[in-house]
Amino acid sequence: MHLDWTALGQVTAVSIGVTIAAVTVFALGVLGLARVEAAREENGAGSPLGLAQAGLCFVACAAVVAYGIYLIVPQFR
Amino acid sequence: MDHITFLVAVVIVTALAFDFTNGFHDTANAMATSIATGALTPRTAVLVSGILNIVGAFLSTEVAKTISGGIVDDTLVTPGMIFAGLVGAILWNLLTWLVGLPSSSSHALFGGLIGAVWVGAGSHGVHFDKVVEKVLIPAVASPLVAGVVALLATYLAYRLTDRARKKSVTKGFRAGQIASASLVSLAHGTNDAQKTMGVITLTLISTGALGHDAGPPLWLIASAGLAIGLGTYLGGWRIIRTMGKGLTEIQSPQGFAAETASTSVILTSAHLGFALSTTQVASGSILGAGLGRRLAEVRWGVAGRMVIAWMVTLPAAALVGGVSASVVTNGGNVGAAVVALVGAALAAGIVLLSRRNPVDAKNVNDTHEVTIRNEPPSTVGTAA
Repeated sequence: MHLDWTALGQVTAVSIGVTIAAVTVFALGVLGLARVEAAREENGAGSPLGLAQAGLCFVACAAVVAYGIYLIVPQFR
Repeated sequence: MDHITFLVAVVIVTALAFDFTNGFHDTANAMATSIATGALTPRTAVLVSGILNIVGAFLSTEVAKTISGGIVDDTLVTPGMIFAGLVGAILWNLLTWLVGLPSSSSHALFGGLIGAVWVGAGSHGVHFDKVVEKVLIPAVASPLVAGVVALLATYLAYRLTDRARKKSVTKGFRAGQIASASLVSLAHGTNDAQKTMGVITLTLISTGALGHDAGPPLWLIASAGLAIGLGTYLGGWRIIRTMGKGLTEIQSPQGFAAETASTSVILTSAHLGFALSTTQVASGSILGAGLGRRLAEVRWGVAGRMVIAWMVTLPAAALVGGVSASVVTNGGNVGAAVVALVGAALAAGIVLLSRRNPVDAKNVNDTHEVTIRNEPPSTVGTAA
């Protein structure tokens, strides 16, 4: 029986890294969004800082999704 | 079309039927958590997933070069054995759907082929070391890796958004879930439709209907994509209920964490050369997401039954595949017709049984249990 521990370890490590990065960035985006919505409810004005934070994070997540599509579709490689 | 014998025609139809069960069996992998958290309505979820499966089928041009990835000796495989193996895989897929348990469609296909080749060509036709490498190890590793990743991701998602407005957080993660679930669906289409196309293409090559090294003809790509897409759209609601509600009650941050974990584990395993099973990755992610939220209840009874189903998948499909293969080998075309009829009757029986307690788009989120018994609705009667 042959078990490729290196490949399994790589898959585990890369998956943990990518997932944690994506979830962290997305969660920060959600926090920005929450700040915008909270500000809007409290004083009717938006929160430019929150909006910038949300925008930046979601753009980063969109890039990750685009990379995912690139990996899935063989024509792109 | 001189090369298309009766048996080859039967193989094509059966392979497409398997593709169809593959579709509705695996809808849950991508969409169960999105449906459970309300990120997508049940109907929209299966529609999106179905379309992405068809798109995936057309996008992937990397034809499966072997029927089984080396698990059985391809040179010994006859169309009759492929047919017998497919029957075993289909019946096992239907049975696990009836009891609402996610199990790997590829493992069912491998099991059916192993049984058929063992009976049809002898045990030397089965490469047992490959079985360990491609089925057993991934079956253990997939849920563990995905579970750990999803657990960490869930813990982090809750920790980071602890103090923010609950409403905004739920809404945000719901939107994110849609993206990650769609990626899982697309990856599924490129992988699983490909398997059926490979089986049919190799059957056609073996009978001389297609030249050596020929790719799948367009009608084949279209029909395989359509079969898996339709199956997905029909929705394996019984399995969706188990994965979205049965294992644990999923909230949107958990759903997002689980789907993101599944997506990254599936994509990294495909590109770093350690094959993992999609179904088992998705199930492991959901369990991990359940554990990652403090106080979240994980129903270990359901998880236990799921693990038993995983262990039984290969031998059970192999048994049906083997019995079918012996009938086909000894009975020729008549034998194949008999197996096809008996298989169709059993399939119809399973579908009828499911009608006693149907699960569909309307009631999928109502409860966490999938039962077969015909229980009277609890609202009927005077004791209100």
